[in-house]
Amino acid sequence: MQSTKQKKALSFHIVKRDPLPWYKGLAIRAAAIVLALVVAGVIITLLTDKNPLAVYASMLDGAFGMDIRIWSLLQDIAILLCISLAVTPAFKMKFWNCGAEGQVLMGGLATVTVMMFLGDKLPLPLLLVIMIAASILASIIWAVLPAICKAYWNTNETLFTLMMNYVAIQLVSYFLKTFVKTGSGVLSPMPQFGLPVLFGHQYLLNIIIVAVLTVVVYIYLKYTKQGYEIAVVGESENTANYIGINVKKVVIRTLIVSGALCGIAGLLLVGGTNHTINTETAGGRGFTAIMVSWLAKFNPIFMVFTSFLIVFLQKGSQQVSTDFRLPQAISDIVTGIILFFIIGCEFFLNYKIVVSKNGKENA
Amino acid sequence: MKKVLALVLSLAMTLAMCVALSGCTENKKELLGMSDAPIAAVELKVDYEVPDDFKIGFICLHDENSTYDLNFLNAVYAIQEAAGLSDDQVIIKKNIGEDDSCYNAAKDLATQGCDIIFANSFGHESFMIKAAKEFPEIEFCHATGTKAHTEGLDNYHNAFASIYEGRYLAGVAAGLKLNEMIEAGKITAEQAKMGYVGAFTYAEVISGYTSFYLGAKSVCPSVTMDVQFTGSWYEPTEEKNAAEALISKDCVLISQHADSMGAPGACEAAGVPNVSYNGATYESCPETFIVSSRIDWAPYYNYIIKCVVNDEKIAADWCGGIEEGSVVLTGVNQDAAAEGTVDKIKAVVAGLKDGSVKVFDTKTFTVEGKEVTTYSADVDDMGDYKPDTEAIKNGEFAESSDRSAPYFDLKVDGITRLNEKF
Repeated sequence: MQSTKQKKALSFHIVKRDPLPWYKGLAIRAAAIVLALVVAGVIITLLTDKNPLAVYASMLDGAFGMDIRIWSLLQDIAILLCISLAVTPAFKMKFWNCGAEGQVLMGGLATVTVMMFLGDKLPLPLLLVIMIAASILASIIWAVLPAICKAYWNTNETLFTLMMNYVAIQLVSYFLKTFVKTGSGVLSPMPQFGLPVLFGHQYLLNIIIVAVLTVVVYIYLKYTKQGYEIAVVGESENTANYIGINVKKVVIRTLIVSGALCGIAGLLLVGGTNHTINTETAGGRGFTAIMVSWLAKFNPIFMVFTSFLIVFLQKGSQQVSTDFRLPQAISDIVTGIILFFIIGCEFFLNYKIVVSKNGKENA
Repeated sequence: MKKVLALVLSLAMTLAMCVALSGCTENKKELLGMSDAPIAAVELKVDYEVPDDFKIGFICLHDENSTYDLNFLNAVYAIQEAAGLSDDQVIIKKNIGEDDSCYNAAKDLATQGCDIIFANSFGHESFMIKAAKEFPEIEFCHATGTKAHTEGLDNYHNAFASIYEGRYLAGVAAGLKLNEMIEAGKITAEQAKMGYVGAFTYAEVISGYTSFYLGAKSVCPSVTMDVQFTGSWYEPTEEKNAAEALISKDCVLISQHADSMGAPGACEAAGVPNVSYNGATYESCPETFIVSSRIDWAPYYNYIIKCVVNDEKIAADWCGGIEEGSVVLTGVNQDAAAEGTVDKIKAVVAGLKDGSVKVFDTKTFTVEGKEVTTYSADVDDMGDYKPDTEAIKNGEFAESSDRSAPYFDLKVDGITRLNEKF
């Protein structure tokens, strides 16, 4: 009895794979997306009576259907990418910065405050300089506080940065109450003090700025000494100490970079897009950016694709809920399935499961 | 062994379910349920022909999960059915924030060929105006906004309803409930304190809670009220916490002007009567829901579609009342409300209609112990926050007469604001 049972038992374990050739990796990823679409399609058909092909057509329509939708897609990619670029140096250093949401909001709050109080007092070019400086500085403060505490007292940066988000949200509420005397909590936009509009396209400047930043961050991480130091600290703090890297300095410096990039995101959101602020201005992008950065394995160029994927899914699912009058929840389920498959396939690209029929053999 | 355990467990669960179910049916038998609505929704009169290429677009801040947006969406479905519009002619965009995405959504709808674009949240206003300037041939209509009468655009319009009348009537129901508690000896007349969960210290909220309070006071003179602000229109946890805080401060009845189920849910859990807003919360709160006032937006939709189809001008400001069917009350929950509530409400409705009852009659309230004879309100929302319009006319605060959105923001005696930070 005992022996037959053991013979029947399957046991498996997980083994790290050798790196696959790039075309194989690409093919597996493509297969995962196709599979995800099929599964999502089955679920759509089961939950609703809609034709899944029509649903996918509607997703494409939502992302690319009109000029305005393409611009809006590019704009949202730019902002999400900018925040993803911001969290990446910290993540590469294994500093879990979950506070991008608050850092972006603080940058935005600084921008809107400058617009509000100095807007009609200063010439526009000078105003813009102050706006840029203020937003970057505010975000740096929000990012560097947890870094200093981590560097000197080894506090938990995940909790610290996360909590700073709530402080930032409350500060925005508080200032809105102070700025808007009717008590409605809605600050009228001030487009007259916004960033310049290039060639009549409001989002063009945002897109160009983020495109440049992407290249800069790529070079910074890959080819500079500071980028190398980040990688070493991320791999092993002891090694870093051993080869003479000042870990404290690197942690603080990297979070200054991280904060500055969040400040630019806040500036683009408030100064370049909305010209006002509310507690939803960052809109959860500070957290979505973490996924974008991870999915791209902290490579800024890959992040262009991963942020495209996320924004495409968001835009597409919104269009699906409009076209078919479905609750947003259904589209979110589809988005979730697709992401699940993509993240799952990343796992199988890195590891393989070895199944052995006899449990004893491998024990 | 395992099998036996599973069997025992499943038996136990079946038994528990039977008990629970029989408990339900027993309870149901005792319930009187909802009365007919004292002010029923009026039937939509569609006396115009809608062309096949007509399109209307709706922009909503949230989706069905917010009672505020659900109320708008129900009105959209009502007018769609009444006017015989297809799904392609009625485009609904949900979860559109109060930022540039609203402008994008409006532009998107305009490009799709909408003849009218409607947005439902206060913060959408500036972005709607921006889009209205870009598409002068399309009508832009905005609920709760304040700027149409000063912006001077032919294609941008504000709308609201005299919901203070509805809240006043809901307040009457609350006052009757308090009287019932006093008579039953549960509380003394001095302990008749209501609680109110408000979103912001904004005129729309202040006008709402003051009319609610005055309605209650008209039948229960000793009533007082505490107001707790949440600083958000939709924040289930905050609203629940605020309601619980008010209950712990001995408020014996709660009402709210915020859009989640937070406050009604907290009331049901604590067994405290609740006067709701935006629609009946009876389904989830059968023991404590009394009545709810709400704005029915379908008459306004009917009006703007008719205007566009007949090529008539839409008013810059439109404020519907009980007569138009814009202000409605749900049925009264006869298991929670005091006896005779429906009849009393109907009598007050008649009074409002013939003018013998005025919600903001200056004789019925005082500010710092004095009757108000003159008050300058900030009606023109120019960003200067300066009062510009005399609001006391013929012995009442003439709410919504100079613009559709409310501007009553007096601090009436008897109401205590527990926090001011929002």
